[in-house]
Amino acid sequence: MNVRICTLLLILLGGAARAQGFAGLGTDAEDFAVPRRDVALEFPADYGPHPAFRIEWWYLTSTLSGDDGRDYGIQWTLFRSALAPQEAEGWQSPQLWMGHAAITSETSHLFDERIARGGIGQAGVTAAPFSAWIDDWEMTGQPDTGLSELRLAARGKDFRYDLQLRADGPMVLHGEGGFSTKSKDGRASYYYSQPAYAVTGILHLPQGSVRVTGQGWLDREWSSQPLAEDQSGWDWFSLSFDSGARMMGARVRDGGAGYTLATWIAPDGSSRVVPDGALALEPTETSVVEGRNVPTTWRVTLPDRQLDVTVTALNPQSWMGTSFPYWEGPVSVTGSHTGRGYLEMTGYD
Amino acid sequence: MRRAGLSALLSHWRRQPLQLLTLVLGLALATGLWSAVQAINGQARLSYADAAEQLGAGRLAHLTAPTGSIPLARYVELRRAGWKLSPVLEGKLQLGDTVFRLLGVDSLSYPVPPRPVSDSVSARPGDILTGPGRLFLNPDSAAGLDGATVPAPVIATRDLPVGVALTDISVAERLLERTGELSRLLVLPDQALGIAPLAVLAPDLVLTEPDGEAEISRLTDSFHLNLTAFGLLSFAVGLFIVHGTVGLAFQQRRAMFRSLRALGMPLAVLTQLLLIELVLLALFAGTLGLIIGYAIAAALLPDVAASLRGLYGASVAGSLTLRPAWIASGLAIALLGALIAGAQGLWHLHRLPILQAPGLQSWRLGSAARDRAQAMTGIGLIAAGILAQWLAQGLLAGFALLAGLMLGAALLLPPVLGQLLARVGTRTRAPVAQWVWADLRSHMPGLSLALMALLLALATNLGVGTMVSSFRLTFTGWLDQRLASELYVTARSDTEGEAISQWLIPRSEAVLPLRNAEIRLAGLPGRLYGVVDHATYRDHWPLIRAVPDVWDRLHNERSVLINEQLARRAKLWPGDDITLREGWNAKIVGVYSDFGNPNPQAIVSLPALLDLFPAIPNRQFGVRVAPERVAGLAEELSVAFDLPASAIVDQSTIKARSLAVFEKTFVVTGALNILTLGVASFAILTSLLTLWSLRLPQLAPVWALGLTRRRLARLEILRSIALTAMTACLALPLGLVLAWVLLAIINVEAFGWRLPMYLFPLDWARLALLALLAGAVAAIIPARRLRSTPPADLLRVFSNER
Repeated sequence: MNVRICTLLLILLGGAARAQGFAGLGTDAEDFAVPRRDVALEFPADYGPHPAFRIEWWYLTSTLSGDDGRDYGIQWTLFRSALAPQEAEGWQSPQLWMGHAAITSETSHLFDERIARGGIGQAGVTAAPFSAWIDDWEMTGQPDTGLSELRLAARGKDFRYDLQLRADGPMVLHGEGGFSTKSKDGRASYYYSQPAYAVTGILHLPQGSVRVTGQGWLDREWSSQPLAEDQSGWDWFSLSFDSGARMMGARVRDGGAGYTLATWIAPDGSSRVVPDGALALEPTETSVVEGRNVPTTWRVTLPDRQLDVTVTALNPQSWMGTSFPYWEGPVSVTGSHTGRGYLEMTGYD
Repeated sequence: MRRAGLSALLSHWRRQPLQLLTLVLGLALATGLWSAVQAINGQARLSYADAAEQLGAGRLAHLTAPTGSIPLARYVELRRAGWKLSPVLEGKLQLGDTVFRLLGVDSLSYPVPPRPVSDSVSARPGDILTGPGRLFLNPDSAAGLDGATVPAPVIATRDLPVGVALTDISVAERLLERTGELSRLLVLPDQALGIAPLAVLAPDLVLTEPDGEAEISRLTDSFHLNLTAFGLLSFAVGLFIVHGTVGLAFQQRRAMFRSLRALGMPLAVLTQLLLIELVLLALFAGTLGLIIGYAIAAALLPDVAASLRGLYGASVAGSLTLRPAWIASGLAIALLGALIAGAQGLWHLHRLPILQAPGLQSWRLGSAARDRAQAMTGIGLIAAGILAQWLAQGLLAGFALLAGLMLGAALLLPPVLGQLLARVGTRTRAPVAQWVWADLRSHMPGLSLALMALLLALATNLGVGTMVSSFRLTFTGWLDQRLASELYVTARSDTEGEAISQWLIPRSEAVLPLRNAEIRLAGLPGRLYGVVDHATYRDHWPLIRAVPDVWDRLHNERSVLINEQLARRAKLWPGDDITLREGWNAKIVGVYSDFGNPNPQAIVSLPALLDLFPAIPNRQFGVRVAPERVAGLAEELSVAFDLPASAIVDQSTIKARSLAVFEKTFVVTGALNILTLGVASFAILTSLLTLWSLRLPQLAPVWALGLTRRRLARLEILRSIALTAMTACLALPLGLVLAWVLLAIINVEAFGWRLPMYLFPLDWARLALLALLAGAVAAIIPARRLRSTPPADLLRVFSNER
């Protein structure tokens, strides 16, 4: 999955009531639509937004190698969060948008955030031709190519990137045809990914520009109440192995053993869902990040696939100090399999 | 020893409670008036800072459109080009009886969101952004709503000044009926790397860099300087009292000092103890002064707030916040005052030979040399003031002139009075009268400080009174000219405006559109009005300078009328050119008086205005109609267009409102005036009391020669009245000079307009009477004491070896 952050907790506005679960994801669905097992995903419509659902995201991460010989990671995310299950004209729109962008290297982690309201055109998503944008940040496709060819751009106070993405394999629907369960009591989201982009482009950093190539992974997910009240956060991995196989694996933490979910993607793009409890995630090392302990080295095992790897953060200080703070950064994989990927950890307050 | 010494020193006050009272009260009054002014000024500055913060004017640059409104699409374009901007839609919102300045902000990007005072009304993002939304108001504003219907639940916040309401832009555009419009775009800090410059992206918008200082505080500086001057004056007058009392206390304790020294107390210790005593008294009196000051400030603040709002459009919270800095500065000034007042005494003590007889200083007849020196200093000060005004322009130079005149005149007072008394004395033949005059002269040094205080207080009173009355007279006349239309109507939209105008034309003598646009005039933000050619303007407009055929030229040539403020500030007069927009120059053909407006203003013909600003709203009208039809027409109009009561205002209401603003302004001045006069009267009382104890030796011989105590007492009162009367006579010319300076120099600098001076002899008479009364009252206590002095006491004077 990648139950990523969502809802704009506009702490800025003050007086926000303490929401349930991380970032209010455990809040009651109220009038919002809830995911149903019997509804099949439809494209290109489901590339676009679903205003009747409370939360939604377009989440792209990429592990890159620069012509300077260094490893980099970039993040580009657009979150949609609805205050009411509909869209309206102009400022009256209850749809809020939040963008996060970051460039991570071994020694630096640069990020920025944008917030906008729907309805006025400052931020939004169109399904065909595909385009997702907030301010001048964009993830834009070509006519009739869906998500398979994208231009990705964002900039902050001290960084800028401009990347071209081309999909090398099919899209992957997680769970049951895109219906992805997140808790034992059956909370779920719609969730699909494009895990196999080849990426080229340029990063502009304070010390100069770097040409980069690498792999990218896009997650699309929407729901209205994906977390149970006692679930406090999650640890999520997207790993691309040198063998050509890939894995999405995550654990939603609660007071006990947590709820795990994973999808194993074979080199040919075919995928298999891994049931709750099969994936084991065990922190082996923590780092102090912004005054809190965050696990930055993990042992990840999946006996079914003879997977037993150590996942290590490229930069343990990949902290996104945004309205909703969380940890998000590139990782390297060693052990039974080798490769690279992205790690996201939320709820470490 | 220290403890015993201190208790010996303090025992003096136990025996002289009245002296203690005057000392404490004098210092408390001085501190109180000074602190009150400081509190008022501080509160106002705090409010300006809040306002600047909220309006983004303080720290952020902003974009505006020359046409007045920026389309929403333009904002989105700039956002999509990478600029971090925060849009603001501003308008007026009426809640109950109050019109608020409504700020509609994008709650997601607004850089300074207000913080709620309490959690009583939920302010979650969903509440603010959807449904009725939330309305943020200063607690004072919120309390003032008093059950009026509000469009959204109100949340109190101290981050907003009084008179400003803030809400989400989605709510504001509904309330203001201005969907898709924006007033300005704040340029947020930390812009992204490598975005195209605004000059390229938005050449049609005007970028205004943040002012180093908020506009409003520059405008109101003069007002606060006025108050500060008053505060200083009060403090000085208060110090006169303290100086007298402290001097007396030192004098009377000389015997005690001698005894303490003889008992072995080192001089250094004695000096220390006296210093400690002074500090303790100052802290006590200072605390009392702070309480008085707080009370005065709290009482005056609503009026100050009202006049600042009326004069400058500046909002000041009506309630006072107690700031630690204010308390500290109040105590410090009390301490400083006490030390200044006690310095002379301490100095004398320090040089006191250990065994000097504790005699009283003999009352010298005014030494001629000393009088001359004082007179020269006085003349020098006056000359310096005039020189300052001559060399430097500006408000500070104006105040320097005032200070020079006042202080110089005060210093001149004792020598002049001395001369007067000497002259009268030589003319009298009767022995008692001769004694009275001589006695008066001999007391001049002791009374001179109090008389100087009285002179200052009387002159200030007279000067300020003349200014206020002159202003009221001029202003009323000006209002009659300026508000020539009988009825003023405001429509809710341009279409409604057009409909109202069409409806009114057959029912009235004339409908005069009142259209204006914001514009920069000589580099300052101001307003440009467009007028139609009508006799109302030709007959009534209050022009203070104009070329011949001014109205013909205004309507037929590219010409403009400007207000007095602009003319004086930019030194532009008829015949000069002014640029209204690049490439759009106009000849100035007239200057009109424009009281109550701190900003530049200009008038062109309506076609010229529309040429410059094609898209300005047409919603306000002046209506000429026979006076007896005003009420009926207003009623019909209100019914025909379902207009709210606030949309139709008749001339008399506006006049009353305008006058009320000025009355409020002068309430403050008036109150400070009366307080100063009170303090001065108190100064005379304390001086007479001080002298009293020293006078017994001089009265005893006269009594022994056969004057009854009763007669002596009566003479005592008459003496006081005579001195007050002479001071009052001298205060009259000084007061008139002061009034002239206020009207012709200070007013021009502070407000930008000059006023004609009118004289009000009845007011003078009333003030003179008041002064005589104060003199008489001040002498009553010593006189009563004299009457009841046992003859034995008077006799003892002769038995005592002096």
